Amino acid sequence: MSLRVSGIDVFYGDLQALSGVTLEVKKEEVVSVIGSNGAGKSTTLKCISGLLKPRRGRISFEGRDITHSPPSKIVGMGVSHVPEGRQLFPNMTVRENLEMGAQFPRVKALRRQTLGQVFDFFPRLEERLNQKAGTLSGGEQQMLAIGRGLMSRPTLLMLDEPSLGLSPMLVSLIFRIIREINRAGTMILLVEQNVFHALDICTRAYVLENGSAVMEGNGQQMLQNGFIRKAYLGI
Amino acid sequence: MKRLYLLLSGVFAVLILLPLLLDKYVIGIFVMIFYYAYLGQAWNVLTGYTGHISLGHALYVGIGAYISTYLAQQLNLTPWVGMILGGIVAVLVASCIGFLGFRFGLRGVYFVILTIAFAEIARLVVCHIKPLGGFAGIFLDFRPSFYNLQFRGNVPYYYISLGLMAGSVLFVRLLEVSRMGRLMIAVREDEEAAQALGVDSFKYSMLAMGISAFMTALGGTFFANYVYYISPNTVLSMGLSIELILRPIIGGLGTALGPVLGSFILTPLSEISRSYFAKGGLEGLHLILYGVLAVLVVLFMRRGILLYLRRALAPVLRLEP
Amino acid sequence: MNALVVESLSKNFGGLTAVQGLSFELHEREILSLIGPNGAGKTTVFNCLTGFLPLDSGDVRLGDRSLKRLRPHEICRLGMVRTFQIVRPFLNISVLDNVLVGAMLRERSLARARAKALEVVEFVGLGRFSNALAAVLPLPLRKRLELAKAIATRPRVLLLDEVMAGLNPTEVDELIQLIRAVNQEGISVLLIEHVMRGVIALSQRVIAINYGQKIAEGRPEEIVKNPAVIEAYLGREFLESQG
Repeated sequence: MSLRVSGIDVFYGDLQALSGVTLEVKKEEVVSVIGSNGAGKSTTLKCISGLLKPRRGRISFEGRDITHSPPSKIVGMGVSHVPEGRQLFPNMTVRENLEMGAQFPRVKALRRQTLGQVFDFFPRLEERLNQKAGTLSGGEQQMLAIGRGLMSRPTLLMLDEPSLGLSPMLVSLIFRIIREINRAGTMILLVEQNVFHALDICTRAYVLENGSAVMEGNGQQMLQNGFIRKAYLGI
Repeated sequence: MKRLYLLLSGVFAVLILLPLLLDKYVIGIFVMIFYYAYLGQAWNVLTGYTGHISLGHALYVGIGAYISTYLAQQLNLTPWVGMILGGIVAVLVASCIGFLGFRFGLRGVYFVILTIAFAEIARLVVCHIKPLGGFAGIFLDFRPSFYNLQFRGNVPYYYISLGLMAGSVLFVRLLEVSRMGRLMIAVREDEEAAQALGVDSFKYSMLAMGISAFMTALGGTFFANYVYYISPNTVLSMGLSIELILRPIIGGLGTALGPVLGSFILTPLSEISRSYFAKGGLEGLHLILYGVLAVLVVLFMRRGILLYLRRALAPVLRLEP
Repeated sequence: MNALVVESLSKNFGGLTAVQGLSFELHEREILSLIGPNGAGKTTVFNCLTGFLPLDSGDVRLGDRSLKRLRPHEICRLGMVRTFQIVRPFLNISVLDNVLVGAMLRERSLARARAKALEVVEFVGLGRFSNALAAVLPLPLRKRLELAKAIATRPRVLLLDEVMAGLNPTEVDELIQLIRAVNQEGISVLLIEHVMRGVIALSQRVIAINYGQKIAEGRPEEIVKNPAVIEAYLGREFLESQG
């Protein structure tokens, strides 16, 4: 049960965004990807969820090749992508946004049960069920975005910068909940600028720079690594 | 840049000499090419440079055409003055539309609808005004003289419309690099961000509206005295509004040469289809071709053909990338 | 000496009170930060200060001039400029032309405006990119461009709206240096920020707001220990993560 990305090259027109990127997410893991802006972190996630296609390389999920599969198929297989900036449907209610996340027959049947599980993680969403998503606070919007990602009952949840624009307290809360989601059985692939939290929560981490994976290691070890501390934590 | 200017000067020189080589009919096609390029350029000043979309620019063509014609017929006023008066009225009308749009916040789609509404209302009103010819329109008396802006043959019209087109290209080019032009472009790119930097977006939007309307109205006067017939359906119609925006869009919106390029591509198509295919009953064929071209441009060359041409020719012309 | 004075600022949206009787001062040459949870009213305050939203009551004074009812471009003209949380470059024109728009506010001559723009572009470290289209710049450089456009208007007061969002700690450090340099040129700075690293490094004073009201005011070292601020905004884990 895992995600395997092997040597992918991704281009935006003539511009090479990713060069031979290889990474893996194994069962029960939380994997973080850190690196400078423009390094290719979001591009990597978009490639996995099928929004972008690599020119070279292979992506496989649970043994099946998904390199050229359409995004809808990839979601159907159990990969859920929570994009950077949340991208909610602002004029739809919390309930409607969540329901949007469970469109496939397989998950639609289990919708009520899944909603219950989402509310266990995010009780605040249940309180605001009929509120328009656009009127929620930043933290609530992030919770809704993650909740919507969970509605497809994914085996792999990919999160792109969940801490963006959130207060320190909310960031801690969101990361605590991400940990809980992982403990409940979902693999997590996390892209983050908040290096401290990203390394603190993960099992393993990759450092992406200029479109390549330049470093890989155990989360806690990387937190102590001198180079990482200097270059990314500014310590 | 030098090579580009050399090329353009060469083309201009050729255009000046062309009437010596061509027959009346072909010269007439060129008159239309230049005329539509000029109208498209006038529209480009507003939409290409401040980003406000007008789908009712025929309104100003009509204003120019009707006012100069009416004054010429009633008061024997020379259209050379009539066109200025038409231009002034066009500016006043444009200011009303602008005020409604930019002060009262009718933006985006609503602004477009506003421009369509004004043009259509004008068309319908003129249809019911007898002194202006109503539905049937006005036939202009043929009294060729410089004073009347009427000439025998097509050659004088060729040079006037060439002058309009070339003058408008020069004007837009100077505008682009001027203070006013740059601030208009900022409004187009992001109006709020521009305001946050101290740009009075209302003022510059209104200026663009005015300049565009004035220029368009001049074209209307020219047209009236070239075809000797104006009617609500020929100078105030939605069809004209769309015809005149196609050239800048296909050629390249927001560029000085875009409308010219667009007109050189589209106008021959429409003129030829009008005459050749009409015999076979396929008079409207050019409209189908327009549609196909528009779809192709939107799919493959969204910014207009000019930018792609520029990129392809950049090494030859030694242009900056 | 006060660069900016906000007096009893209130703003409602329908039944919702976004900001309630907020008062504070930005001293001349000071760097002041405004922190608080999302929905606390920070961006609403900015929008009211800069003319993008009308105040319901209260006043905003730049020097001795009231900014109430003025439109955004008029406020910029008087010397207060803002950046946007989501950067808004003029994408289809060059970096230099972007900054030129700001410079043209104070210079009628295009040549002088261009010279000023070039100076500012160099100052923020974008010299290499002056002729590149703004669209090709990655996020951290777009943030510098946003800053450059604002500085080119020769402001007395600079309002920065979450300018450090989405940057990793190294990129944040670079921006901190830049903002310090801007402040040293004599410009007073008001920051809205979530990135506490920046708040602590830069600010002489910090104001914390929640539910549209001030809950604390003081030096950064005091604020991060303030129980109300920890309760509402920082969370206990924040202090641990500062290890």
